[in-house]
Amino acid sequence: MNQPIKIVTVSDDSDGFVLSDADAQAIEHEKHHYEDPRAASIEALKIVQKSHGWVPDGAIKAISDLLGIPASDVEGVATFYSQIYRQPVGKHIIRYCDSVVCHITGFEDIVTELEKQLKIKPGQTTPDGRFTLLPTCCLGNCDKGPTMMVNDDTHVRLVPSNLANILEQYQ
Amino acid sequence: MATIHVDGKEYEVDGADNLLQACLSLGLDVPYFCWHPALGSVGACRQCAVKQYKDADDTRGRLVMSCMAPASDGSYISIEDEEAKAFRENVVEWLMSNHPHDCPVCEEGGNCHLQDMTVMTGHNSRRYRFAKRTHENQELGPFVSHEMNRCIACYRCTRYYKDYADGTDFGVYGANNNVYFGRPESGTLESEFAGNLVEVCPTGVFTDKTHTERYNRKWDMQFAPSICQQCSVGCNISPGERYGEVRRIENRYNGDVNHYFLCDRGRFGYGYTNLETRPKQPFTYQGEEQVSLNTEQAVQTASDIIKSSTRVIGIGSPRASLESNFALRKLVGADNFFTGIEAGEQQRLEKMLQILKTSGVYTPTLREIEKYDAVVILGEDITQTAARVALSVRQAVKGKAREMAAVQSVAEWQIAAIQNIGQHAKYPIFTTHTDRTRLDDVTAWHYSAPAADQARLGFAIAHAIDPSAPAVKDLNDELQKKADFIASALKQSRKPLIISGSQAGEMALIDAAANIAKALKSQGVDEVGMTLVAREVNSMGLTMLGGKSLDEALSAISEGADTAIVLENDLYQRVSAQRVDQALDQLKHLIVVDHQYSDTSKKAELVLSAGSFAEADGTVVNLEGRAQRFFQVYDPSYYKPDTLVLAAWRWLHLVSSVNNAQASDAASLDQLIAEIASDMPQLAGIVEAAPNADFRIHGQKMARSPHRYSGRTAMRANISVHEPRQPQDQDSPFAFSMEGNNNPKADRNEVAFAWAPGWNSPQAWNKFQDEVGGHLRNGDPGVRLIEVSNQGEYFSEIPASFVATEGQWQVAANYRLFGSDELSQRSAVIQERAGQQAVTIHPADAKLLGVNEHATVSFAWGGQQWQLPLSFSEHICSGTIGLPLGTNGLPASLAGQMIDNLQEGHA
Repeated sequence: MNQPIKIVTVSDDSDGFVLSDADAQAIEHEKHHYEDPRAASIEALKIVQKSHGWVPDGAIKAISDLLGIPASDVEGVATFYSQIYRQPVGKHIIRYCDSVVCHITGFEDIVTELEKQLKIKPGQTTPDGRFTLLPTCCLGNCDKGPTMMVNDDTHVRLVPSNLANILEQYQ
Repeated sequence: MATIHVDGKEYEVDGADNLLQACLSLGLDVPYFCWHPALGSVGACRQCAVKQYKDADDTRGRLVMSCMAPASDGSYISIEDEEAKAFRENVVEWLMSNHPHDCPVCEEGGNCHLQDMTVMTGHNSRRYRFAKRTHENQELGPFVSHEMNRCIACYRCTRYYKDYADGTDFGVYGANNNVYFGRPESGTLESEFAGNLVEVCPTGVFTDKTHTERYNRKWDMQFAPSICQQCSVGCNISPGERYGEVRRIENRYNGDVNHYFLCDRGRFGYGYTNLETRPKQPFTYQGEEQVSLNTEQAVQTASDIIKSSTRVIGIGSPRASLESNFALRKLVGADNFFTGIEAGEQQRLEKMLQILKTSGVYTPTLREIEKYDAVVILGEDITQTAARVALSVRQAVKGKAREMAAVQSVAEWQIAAIQNIGQHAKYPIFTTHTDRTRLDDVTAWHYSAPAADQARLGFAIAHAIDPSAPAVKDLNDELQKKADFIASALKQSRKPLIISGSQAGEMALIDAAANIAKALKSQGVDEVGMTLVAREVNSMGLTMLGGKSLDEALSAISEGADTAIVLENDLYQRVSAQRVDQALDQLKHLIVVDHQYSDTSKKAELVLSAGSFAEADGTVVNLEGRAQRFFQVYDPSYYKPDTLVLAAWRWLHLVSSVNNAQASDAASLDQLIAEIASDMPQLAGIVEAAPNADFRIHGQKMARSPHRYSGRTAMRANISVHEPRQPQDQDSPFAFSMEGNNNPKADRNEVAFAWAPGWNSPQAWNKFQDEVGGHLRNGDPGVRLIEVSNQGEYFSEIPASFVATEGQWQVAANYRLFGSDELSQRSAVIQERAGQQAVTIHPADAKLLGVNEHATVSFAWGGQQWQLPLSFSEHICSGTIGLPLGTNGLPASLAGQMIDNLQEGHA
């Protein structure tokens, strides 16, 4: 699925992003593990995402300043990885597998049911900010498909009728 | 050399090349996108696939990317192989699956590498029938338009912008089938070389925004080989004209000078040629009323003025051609000819010329600069004063990575491997300036200090290299250590390059640079090079021609010269308004010959409307002493019959011949050039700078327009439905319009525009080169006039260290790429890009003055007052003030002067 990459002018709001001291320290720490500070950019993005949920425009600038590398490099890394979120996401992230084996075992029914339950399409977030629904390719559970992850939990041998119960666990 | 076999034929090629380079150099067509002669190979686009065989007996072969395969001896390849052809056709179809079918409204159309390659592969019908991905575009500033939907993801733009030009505000975002090339956010591209994206991009993602306003197809334009007039580097350009206005400037390949790239001032600064305020007819005044004149009246008026005068002086110009300056000198006589250059600058230029001639140190071409392995730059922020040199220096610095890769036998075109091995390794570069410079990101060490102290460091380096060079007294220990360190770095290098120039406003800096170069030479570093940057397009040429300074001209006026003829020169840009006013007011008559309506023109009794570089021919000499000819692009009177614009040298010649006191018989450009050559032996070489007007290819002149040129019969229909005969060019071997020869294989090196059958984009330059990315097949145009000889002694006038005086600020010259050039500063897009220029002082000085950053400060000098915003720099020396000379009417002669009335607010 091709989602357009949304490149917007950084507004004053996102400039308001302030890197917390703890995050800044953690990034500094990572930076010293590498000869080239560029190498720390993935870790830096993960640190920000962990504490902020996603990576706002202001964080790109903050990370580039901290690492002493151009913002274009940080943004290049941030947008390359689908697991770095450059838009706000929900509290819980559902990643369903849409690769070949899950296709055979019927992931499409699972997605239809998820869409029905959450009333959103893949790539979207529920209006209450509880769930974001994303496809992913192969969770390494091909023998137990269809499969999906919610946050760090893997759910296997999914059947549409049981999805409501699973989602119920994530408030 | 290596022998390769292509489709059964045997060829001799350079074994260090890759197969793509080798095939293109042989004149064979292999389509490609991501490869570029200046950017190397990455194998990203898969377009240049060919079949390679193990040996003569192998019939199966395998597909290889020709840009990634070495042209090793005994290679057997096939371009025509059916599988390879089918593969290439598929590749272009894939690359174009998201490409919009918008060629009719795309500005790249007709000048597009993607179109050319698509036609070349034979792909002509799209099968992809799904929704295309679309992108939002960015606003990239006044020069470059962005249309991301057209992108085929070849990665050339980011490789050029980031890896070649060292820009930081551009990159590639996203992954897989959804990538985006641009800035992290909308905004003006920061690189001074961003305009090259227009030519580097093989499709219409990046296009020339200045052309958009008045767009037409490349095939509908008239071009001529020209020389950029915006600084002393002398980049070769190809200006395109339609309907009597210059509409874009393309790079013109010169393998010795700019090869594929220009700076943005040169590419986009041409707007001054199209200004409505330009004088289009000669005029004088009857009372207060301005009266236009025809040629005879204008020449007669000038002649009458001259005859009625007791002494007529001529003030020439470093932005006018040799021909025009010479014609003026001829008209007024050598004793009455003045260069129009401010005295201090003229002395520096004379010194530079002396060094070029007698230092025994080689001055490299722009292209050769890229091969030096240590660089010292004294006093100049070359990105601002000779930008294209800075781009070459950036390539020199990257030579370290190339050297490291070469040790591991990695080919020079394996650019990704070279970057991996190099890991940002750089050859050392040392810079000095009054403030920071735009090369800070690549310098090993930078010294910010007043010009005198920079010079002292330079002298100390020379002394540390060769103890017989004059020593600097009272140098502090820290600086001495630095000088020793730089000296040892230079001694260890194989090819050190020393750069300085006239625009720091300090003679001692030039002396110091020469001393370093000579010291290295004396220590056996024979390949040392020296580049001295002048200010204007013909500063060196005019210095070679010779003449007294502008200051002496102003003195001559106060001593009784009653008439002055000023050639293409706004005197107010050079010395204080007070002095100019004083002198001009004393004159009985002032004649100005110019293509701009300047403050000086406003004082003139008679203005002769000269042609700019687009409407006149001439010869200019660049900083290395290379004479290059620029040719008239179009005849303005064809579109507007009442326009009367002649080359300045032609006006001056006409006046001479009517005046006949010192008649010159030079009626044509060639006759004038011959006269210069016989009168001035030092300039005799300019005859060889370009072919003369008799040059023909198979009896034909060369065409200025592509053969597809359209609309000619209609373009003057508003004036008359009868199409007149095309203007006849007596002065050059070029014909106006498409009539004439344009064979890319013809024996010529002056190329009006790059075109070859099947090659409409700038990539067509391949077809004119001896090998791709090399030199033009018939030699790069231009001729070097200066033979270096070894007679020079060390310079020993070492200045005293700067001492700040309370309440006084010494002016540090901060020339600006956008805004300081007298001509391009008149162009709207340059003004927009330049923004508001500020004065710079140290925050500690500001504290004493009690002013905040961005406050307005005022000062007066030479009878003029300025109010400018203030910016702070930690690097500028306390007691000095950085002024953006050339902008805001700040004259060049301010450099090094003292200002004692700096204060907050409005004076």
